[in-house]
Amino acid sequence: MRPVAAVPRWIVAILGLSVAAQVGWQVSRGAGSAADAELAPAPGAHVLRLASFGEPEAAARLAMVHLQSYRDPDYRRLIGWLESILELDPRSQYPLFSAARVYAETSDATSSRLALDFVQRQFLRDPARRWPWLAHAALLAKHRLKDLPLARRYAQALERHATAPGVPAWAQQMEIFILEDMNELEAAKILIGSLLQSGALHDPAELRFLKRKLEELEARLAAGKR
Amino acid sequence: MPAATLARSILLEARRGGLPWLALAAVALALGLAAFLSQVALTESLALQAAVMAAVLRACAVFLVAAQVTASTLREIQDKGLELMLSLPLSRTTQYLGRLAGFMACGAALAAVFAAPLLVWASPTAAALWGASLACEAALVAAAALFFAMTLGQFVPAITATAGLYLLARSIGAIQAIAAGPLAEASLASRIAQHAVDAVALLLPQLEALTRTSWLLYELPSPGAYAAAVGGALLYTVLLAAAGLFDFHRRSL
Repeated sequence: MRPVAAVPRWIVAILGLSVAAQVGWQVSRGAGSAADAELAPAPGAHVLRLASFGEPEAAARLAMVHLQSYRDPDYRRLIGWLESILELDPRSQYPLFSAARVYAETSDATSSRLALDFVQRQFLRDPARRWPWLAHAALLAKHRLKDLPLARRYAQALERHATAPGVPAWAQQMEIFILEDMNELEAAKILIGSLLQSGALHDPAELRFLKRKLEELEARLAAGKR
Repeated sequence: MPAATLARSILLEARRGGLPWLALAAVALALGLAAFLSQVALTESLALQAAVMAAVLRACAVFLVAAQVTASTLREIQDKGLELMLSLPLSRTTQYLGRLAGFMACGAALAAVFAAPLLVWASPTAAALWGASLACEAALVAAAALFFAMTLGQFVPAITATAGLYLLARSIGAIQAIAAGPLAEASLASRIAQHAVDAVALLLPQLEALTRTSWLLYELPSPGAYAAAVGGALLYTVLLAAAGLFDFHRRSL
């Protein structure tokens, strides 16, 4: 290699200026974010499968990570995306987790009902694996939506369909659990404790998320009492 | 044994050309991506890490093998090294298969290096089955790249043809499912299109069944399914090697 001094100065200057211009251009554009963009209509599961080039498990999870970057998505489109992603990898719990624990907990009751309805529909396709999300949906229907008939309907669906050996007894008697006079925090603690005990909950990210949610709930209820 | 000597020279060339460093860079890239994604995932963070690692490493293995085979073969053709080799008292079959064996050994070494980090997320059996399957997939890609490099003689057409064959084979199952979907029109044109897709599928290997990430995340494949997937890939590798030999024997240098 020849020394750097062998390069003409005007080339070094153009190189330096173009690097600075590139960085400046990117800084002026701001960080690329989907948060404020509009969520595109959901592609069909076949299209997602084609785009995954034979890696449906990775594609489904990456699509979920992409989806959660939208701050205020159109819920009808969102549910379409969740349906397609779940069809791409039916054994992934990510779409149902997001629907029950993130999207259904919105303050907008109509959007929340859309997410809960998605959870119920998908539960019926694989009750043995998807019961925790309908159990949480029943609690949300009771405590957030204050819709006891909806909560009881979910509880009855659990009793009728979640009959696999691994499902805890309380989930199979969910209606009694719903009708008991306990607040949202107590019910959530029992639900999460039971999931931990049954071994259905072990992912570190999910544990972190649920711990944070319980703390938020505790703070909200404490503020309400004051 | 002349074929083994040729294979060894191919491995030596790959080592000196920096393939081991590229493999380590691919592992570092996949680990970095997995670590980043695990920070943004709300759940299934371990499954996400394993799935992304497996998908990225699989793609890297295929790309590295295809690029190595194509570049090495074309350099030898353009430097007249191939003509020199053909003047030696070695049959064309030995020359071709010796070269292919060397490239397959490169693919197997890459598969072993790429399967090792997956032991963090998957059982040793799952990682071993995934790695063995990736070695078969890399062997198929090596055979395809060698065939296209020898027959097309130019880098861009050869690498494009190899990538095209691989990507089509990876997505043909999804294309067939779309063509036969319940919403497809029942017209004559639609039926012809469906049969055309089915006919193309007959000429392609079923790569969708190979090196499945679900083996690492959910459950091991049944012995029958695994044998069928690996057997199909090996059969297609033999087909490509035979096609390459056919062309190589007819070639006048």
